[in-house]
Amino acid sequence: MKFAYYPGCSLETSGKEYDLSTRAVSKHLGIELTEVPDWSCCGATAGHSTSHLLALALPARNLALAEELGLDVTAPCAACYQRLALACHELNQNPQLREKVNEITGRPFHGKIKVISILEVISSVGLERIRAQVVKPLKGLKIAAYYGCLLVRPRAIQIDDPENPQVIEQIMQATGADTVDWSHKTECCGASLAVSNEEVAIPMVSRILNAAALSGANCLVCACPLCHFNLDMRQLKVNRLRGTNYHLPVFYFTQLLGFAMGLNPQDLSLHTHFVDTGQVLKLVG
Amino acid sequence: MEPIKLNESEDRDFIDRVCRESRQAVENCYQCGKCTAGCPVAFACDLMPHQVMRMVQLGLKEEVLRCQCIWLCASCVTCTARCPRNIDVAMVMDTLRIMARRKGINPPGRGRNAALFNTNFLGSIQKYGRLFEFATMAMFNLKTGQPFREANTGLTMLRRGKLKLSVTKPRGLEEINRIFEKVRQAEKEV
Repeated sequence: MKFAYYPGCSLETSGKEYDLSTRAVSKHLGIELTEVPDWSCCGATAGHSTSHLLALALPARNLALAEELGLDVTAPCAACYQRLALACHELNQNPQLREKVNEITGRPFHGKIKVISILEVISSVGLERIRAQVVKPLKGLKIAAYYGCLLVRPRAIQIDDPENPQVIEQIMQATGADTVDWSHKTECCGASLAVSNEEVAIPMVSRILNAAALSGANCLVCACPLCHFNLDMRQLKVNRLRGTNYHLPVFYFTQLLGFAMGLNPQDLSLHTHFVDTGQVLKLVG
Repeated sequence: MEPIKLNESEDRDFIDRVCRESRQAVENCYQCGKCTAGCPVAFACDLMPHQVMRMVQLGLKEEVLRCQCIWLCASCVTCTARCPRNIDVAMVMDTLRIMARRKGINPPGRGRNAALFNTNFLGSIQKYGRLFEFATMAMFNLKTGQPFREANTGLTMLRRGKLKLSVTKPRGLEEINRIFEKVRQAEKEV
């Protein structure tokens, strides 16, 4: 399996665990990722809040670059995935608009490739094959799978059911871990407001942690660097500001998958989180 | 809220513009309130999402473009996913933000920093082609008069290799600049 790989800005810095673990796991599973050469930012929320045309043109440049590679493109970051997939969808629906956007980017995109989330790429390997690679079953982990918003909404790009998605649970169960049923797996964590209005984001993070703790989970698993940073870094703040005592490490699904497959923990960057991961991982042994 | 005389306030042009730019039939909203029920930021908003929708139907341009709700919208798209009338409410929110910005309206209250964050973010993209997290956060701190906001977080990230003091610029930086410039031109013509 070969894909064009669009890491996106966060994966170079605050979300580096996701980049490292995605590359390591993909390699192990025989998925060949070729980084989109000279990629640029997708525009994220700032883009679509400012200009509809800009929100199409910024991803379109990257779609064109991926298309030049002749490969379908995957983006681990949920925000990048959503922006690239929505732009691809809209440009394919509306040839006139595509022409206009191509004129703006100066790099024609012809709609010949698809945008696929890394969750879909990895689950397409097949659960049986994933199970066969597990050397360290994740017994002892009770996982609250957290999807957030951007992988499951809106309908045109959703990778799974928007109210009760299961794809992360399926992959995690294949590693031998337990998953919990819980209420907040697709509730927004408020990451897009966390810098500008942290006092609004804190209760949103708090509600998610509370629901995860109530469900009996001992960790969270996500697939978005913005959710990750928000739930990991702000968990300490929630505890400080609200007098709670949550200790719920937040993993990328790729980190735990790699860990179960026996990859080197250093290569999965399990030591760079804000909430320490050691205690929970000791349960696995 | 002040009483509103509807026959004086209806702004047909505004209603049409919101519908056209968002490509949504806003008139289809029958005020079930499902958007508000599921909205994760409604607790912090001045207007509820269903009220925003109703006010667009009524052409209450000033009230809608000057509310905080359109800026606190986290773009989580839950409203859109659940709307029984198939209205993309999140797209309407996007459109209202875009219109407010175009009109040069200063977002009130909590909207101010939300808008400032977006402007800073896009400034970084135009300048570097990618988000330069460190510079964008430092600039935001300076502009909001809180220079040491998250300084400890930044230090921890630096120690763990999660913050870079430089950014990898794509070679096609002039391409990205041209995208911003051409979008600006195209939108002037509308």
